[in-house]
Amino acid sequence: MSKPKSAYSIPGKKQKSDTHIIVVWVDNEAGVLARVVGLFSGRGYNIESLAVAKVDQKLNISRITIVTTGTPQVIEQIKLQLGKLVPVHKVADFMRGDKKIIFKEMALLKIVGNNIKRNKAIKFCKKFNPVVLDKTNKSLVIQITALRREIDTIMNDLKKTGLVSVSRTGAVAMTRGAEIFK
Amino acid sequence: MSKLYSGAEIVFKCLEDQDVECIFGYPGGAVLPIYDELKNHESIKHILVRHEQGAGHAAEGYARSSGKPGIVLVTSGPGATNAVTALTDAYMDSIPLVCISGQVPTHLIGTDAFQECDTTGITRPCTKHNWLVKDIKDLSKIIHKAFEVATTGRPGPVLVDIPKDIQFQKTKYVNSIKRKKLNGKIHNKFNQGEIDQLVKLMVNSSRPILYTGGGVINSGPKASELLRELVSLTGFPITSTLQGLGSYPGDDNQFLGMLGMHGTYEANNAMHDCDLMINIGARFDDRITGKIDEFSPKSKKVHIDIDPSSINKNVKVDLPIVGDVSEVMLSVIKTLKKKNPNFASSNKEKTSKWWEKISKWRSVNSLNFINSDQTIKPQHAIQRLYELTKDKDTYITTEVGQHQMWAAQHYKFNKPNRWMTSGGLGTMGYGLPAAVGVQIAHPDKLVVDIAGEASVLMTIQEMSTAVQYNLPIKIFILNNEYMGMVRQWQELLHEKNYSESYTAALPDFVKLAEAYGCVGIRAKTPDELDEKIKEMINVNKPVIFDCLVDKEENCFPMIPSGKPHNQMLLGPNDQKENKITGKGKTLV
Repeated sequence: MSKPKSAYSIPGKKQKSDTHIIVVWVDNEAGVLARVVGLFSGRGYNIESLAVAKVDQKLNISRITIVTTGTPQVIEQIKLQLGKLVPVHKVADFMRGDKKIIFKEMALLKIVGNNIKRNKAIKFCKKFNPVVLDKTNKSLVIQITALRREIDTIMNDLKKTGLVSVSRTGAVAMTRGAEIFK
Repeated sequence: MSKLYSGAEIVFKCLEDQDVECIFGYPGGAVLPIYDELKNHESIKHILVRHEQGAGHAAEGYARSSGKPGIVLVTSGPGATNAVTALTDAYMDSIPLVCISGQVPTHLIGTDAFQECDTTGITRPCTKHNWLVKDIKDLSKIIHKAFEVATTGRPGPVLVDIPKDIQFQKTKYVNSIKRKKLNGKIHNKFNQGEIDQLVKLMVNSSRPILYTGGGVINSGPKASELLRELVSLTGFPITSTLQGLGSYPGDDNQFLGMLGMHGTYEANNAMHDCDLMINIGARFDDRITGKIDEFSPKSKKVHIDIDPSSINKNVKVDLPIVGDVSEVMLSVIKTLKKKNPNFASSNKEKTSKWWEKISKWRSVNSLNFINSDQTIKPQHAIQRLYELTKDKDTYITTEVGQHQMWAAQHYKFNKPNRWMTSGGLGTMGYGLPAAVGVQIAHPDKLVVDIAGEASVLMTIQEMSTAVQYNLPIKIFILNNEYMGMVRQWQELLHEKNYSESYTAALPDFVKLAEAYGCVGIRAKTPDELDEKIKEMINVNKPVIFDCLVDKEENCFPMIPSGKPHNQMLLGPNDQKENKITGKGKTLV
């Protein structure tokens, strides 16, 4: 083995990465999203999707939902680093496979094609609460809500039926039952 | 009706209410209203630096030596960007700074106005938090909050960006200092169960070690006292990181010296072979751990830290305790005294083999070097400086490089807050302005910046500040004409390709000193060294001391990168295999 010519140590063993959904409650103030996103990019964490909106008008609180992948150590760091930010109130973290949590993402799909193709497209989407938001004799805009992976799959299927444009929201999450995030 | 104050007045009212005694700054267009107000506030002394980076480092030196937050005042644009290095430095070393920057008037923000920059955007990753004040009504609240964030929990820098129009606007002043020391971001939530667990581990351990860091210094003088009590109570060996030096007496027998890349043989081997490691206020930095996978493989690890995100970041630990190290140590001492009143004596036997092993490592004398009567060895220079200043309650700052490591190895600190060095960021040019800040905080004490000739040139302009305020700081330059640490790495790892690490055109430091209006002293041989050092100490003026040292001395011991703690390179006495014998060795 050749000598590493570096002032830094060589990387250690890699652990297995998992997908997690991190939910952050923050003060809705200027720059807060930049702080959260900057923390991720600055420390080399992934962001797969990001959804953010104000959820409490009175207290001026926004809820940020971030889908990320990382080793258990990295996920732990993400939570703790987020917790240190001054405008952050609380941080919750869920594994993608967690049965107690509902994850949903909304997508708008634009289909351009003949009648047969358009009907086929609606059929493909049947499982995911399709709502036709706009219709012409050439095109369709369908709204669906589903899991990230399901939307990935359906986008593939819909290529054949004339899918020309997709807009996705990023995942949002909520616990099942009467419980709320702590 | 209460009086209306301008934004600039409110800034000073806040500073007064926070008991600020001095600010380090540099004026400019966007902070002129604040500078205009300065004359009305006699209790606040303004130190005019020569570069905003110097203001930041001076404030760091002030903060580290006094335990109070350091205040920086800079203008918009270049003023703010120049302060970024110092802010990042303070962030890495957890130093409380409050930086107030001017900004272009609110209506010009975003128009690429003259001296405009996105200050809050640029400083977001290098501060604990920052604020752009958009409404005069928020100003006092924000400044008081800024002090709170900077000084509580794990300390760090904050920045308040104040547009010029806000400095002119008027409003009522609200003193909103929170006397309550705790806020939501402080995590002092350890419980007795954790303390009991730790005590149990301590009782059962036969090869324990305490590994302490800057957290002990940051926790205040009480923490150092408690640490001393804990060490004498347990009889455990103790080692310290670069930042923790001084929290435990450097000349005590239980102290193994500094650990890490240039730490002692006994400290690093003890870290590697221990069965219980108690980390108090340190952060398992990569300069400490070496190769992570082989770091202290046989030990149970306990980590006491106020910052929960420090725990399990680099090294997985068995028992994390989140809290202020003073309070945790106090609980441990109380519990230990209650449960095991005879711990020290019963433990003595248990750890006697461990201490034997440590003495064996100690006998290697890893800080040893081959002295010379021809040229001044840098280690010898530091040792002489130590011997001649140790009775004076001396404050030492350093730049970054070999001289810094030699200072850490050979200068023994007995008190906290006496050692100011840039550890995390490793900022060359830190020491001189830091010495300015230290001297401001301690006007009657001896302040020495142990420097390298390359580092010191990065902020040499601050000599002018020292002269202006009659600060008798001593700049003790170990001059080897090389960027020594770079040269050392090139020698050991890059086949002696000394690419750009030699400074061919150095100034004459004695003449430079005279040009600045201070005193220049040069020492060329070991014989004259002591006399010259005494001369330096006795001059009541700023001094640049040009100590011409061996040009090719390397800093040992050393853990090469990617190696675990037990594979150290020792000095020239003990490295026939590792040493690359150089022809140029006899030079100078």
